[in-house]
Amino acid sequence: MTLPTVLLVAAALFSVGLYGALSQQVVVMVMMGLELMLNGLILAAAGFWWFLAPDPSGQVLLLVIIAAMTVEMAMGFAVATLLHRIRRADMTDMAADLSG
Amino acid sequence: MLTHIAFWVLAVAAVLAGAAVFWVNSMARASYALAVSFIAVGVQVLLLQQNYIGVVTILMMVMEMAVMAVYMVMFMGMNPALMPMSMVHDKRHARAVAIGVFVALAAGALLVPWPARRGAPADDVTAALGEELMGPKMLVMAAVGVVMAVTIVAGVVLAAHRSRYDRFGDDLRRRPANDPQPGGVGR
Amino acid sequence: MSDSAITTVSAGWATVAAGLLGLLAIAAAMLDGVLRTRAAGARSLGLSVPVGEVARLLRQRRRTTVAADRLLWRIGGAGLLVMALMIITVVPLDRWTLVDLDVGVVWFNAMDVLAWAFVWLTGWGANSAHSLVGGYRFLAHGLGYELPLMFALVAPAVAASSLNVGAVAAAQDDLWFVVWMPVAFLAYCLGAVAIAVWGPFSPALGADIAGGVTAELSGVDRLLFVGGRYAVLAAGAAFAVPMFLGGGAGPLLPGWAWVLVKTAAVLGVFVWLRRRLPAVRPDLFMEFGWVVLLPAVLVQDLIVAVIAVGSG
Repeated sequence: MTLPTVLLVAAALFSVGLYGALSQQVVVMVMMGLELMLNGLILAAAGFWWFLAPDPSGQVLLLVIIAAMTVEMAMGFAVATLLHRIRRADMTDMAADLSG
Repeated sequence: MLTHIAFWVLAVAAVLAGAAVFWVNSMARASYALAVSFIAVGVQVLLLQQNYIGVVTILMMVMEMAVMAVYMVMFMGMNPALMPMSMVHDKRHARAVAIGVFVALAAGALLVPWPARRGAPADDVTAALGEELMGPKMLVMAAVGVVMAVTIVAGVVLAAHRSRYDRFGDDLRRRPANDPQPGGVGR
Repeated sequence: MSDSAITTVSAGWATVAAGLLGLLAIAAAMLDGVLRTRAAGARSLGLSVPVGEVARLLRQRRRTTVAADRLLWRIGGAGLLVMALMIITVVPLDRWTLVDLDVGVVWFNAMDVLAWAFVWLTGWGANSAHSLVGGYRFLAHGLGYELPLMFALVAPAVAASSLNVGAVAAAQDDLWFVVWMPVAFLAYCLGAVAIAVWGPFSPALGADIAGGVTAELSGVDRLLFVGGRYAVLAAGAAFAVPMFLGGGAGPLLPGWAWVLVKTAAVLGVFVWLRRRLPAVRPDLFMEFGWVVLLPAVLVQDLIVAVIAVGSG
């Protein structure tokens, strides 16, 4: 368990999440991809904290990541519900009005 | 030594469970595979001596995934009969991008000359975090608190399909409110 | 008793801890059997009810359903038992604890939300409408009880200014927390009963939906699930002792005996309450949890925090 190995695992989690977020069509599955990316972020931040500068302010960053994750989930669910109610849509492709 | 073995076992579990999210055919399995991935990362964070963050990660993510599974079932309406589902678009490019990002990140992780460790962790890491949040980093705590509150309100506003006019009538005078679902406190 | 008085025992003692939990769970099952027999007006005492039930379930043939998600079903069924064991790892038996985790209170919380996963998975795995309805009922209850439970655990932690369970127990030398934070204690008890799908929170297993989550469970699976419920109930009672009931404090008897006596007492009340309280409907309880319970517990936290700041 060294910093490069922790970061390697975090990078793997991030990439798998990125693949999911890019390739999945269903809104909720895209959210799962985003969650997985943030999961990698948590691990990387924890690794940086422990191996580079284990002072308390680094932990605050982790807390912010977790908070960001909850906001992402809550808003994602709300938008998914709205989308489903108004359009009966559960796919990102059905809500591409703003894509240029 | 034990820590190293535990770390690698957890690392493999986290990545495999993460991959399983997009690979299994069942929504429940996908949601809980993600939960397993989060639990593995939470325990890894515990190994990195951040007990509070690690346990909170497990706590929050299991709860979120329990809710996530409900949403999956709600919006993807399939039975648990492991129906094959392939709901992907542009798989090839996504894979290429993901692999490219991984290679770039891994190269960074392995090639960057990481500096030596600065300082030592506090005796009580959790207490140090608490004091940091309530002291020098109070602004972060205040901001996160406000953002959370705003999220709750915004989430309800977006998701609720009935406004107060539906409940109390056009002149807002109807009592009791006209709710499809009765509440538990005298309504 | 100071913090240093807590000794971490070696991992081998985990079997003893598990044994104690098992004994408490069996005692709870026996008490429930006695109460059930008495309620039915039968002549016999009813102590053997759980024994007969275990024997029946052990030789019952396993029921299978079409297209069940076996993996998740089994995980859900066995999960409650695991969850109970994980909870008691941080509960100190007076001076001894298995893991002296500095965030033990949060650990309990992390374990109790596993009930959301396990109960729902048990309902989901069978691929049966009734058991899935039961799973959703439990989640609906969960939305109501979980936040009050979390904030109820904040109160003792704030008063003891520690998240370590041993330190929380040690902070009650003068006055048990249950005396000056009764609302938090009640909310905690409600939560502890709820994670065991017990008493008022049993609509998830309701007869109106053919047994709900347990509708399709049979044989060993059912034994694990039902036994797991008793174990979670016992673990919830055991965790209340260091958090609210002064840990091992008490006259005459040694500390470890007091912990067990108090746990058994709380557990007995939980079991007895099963037939005394009405079932709470998930839809009605949700509003009660958010409009009544949560503010009450938050006010309790505020009072405790003010007192802690004032006296600290």
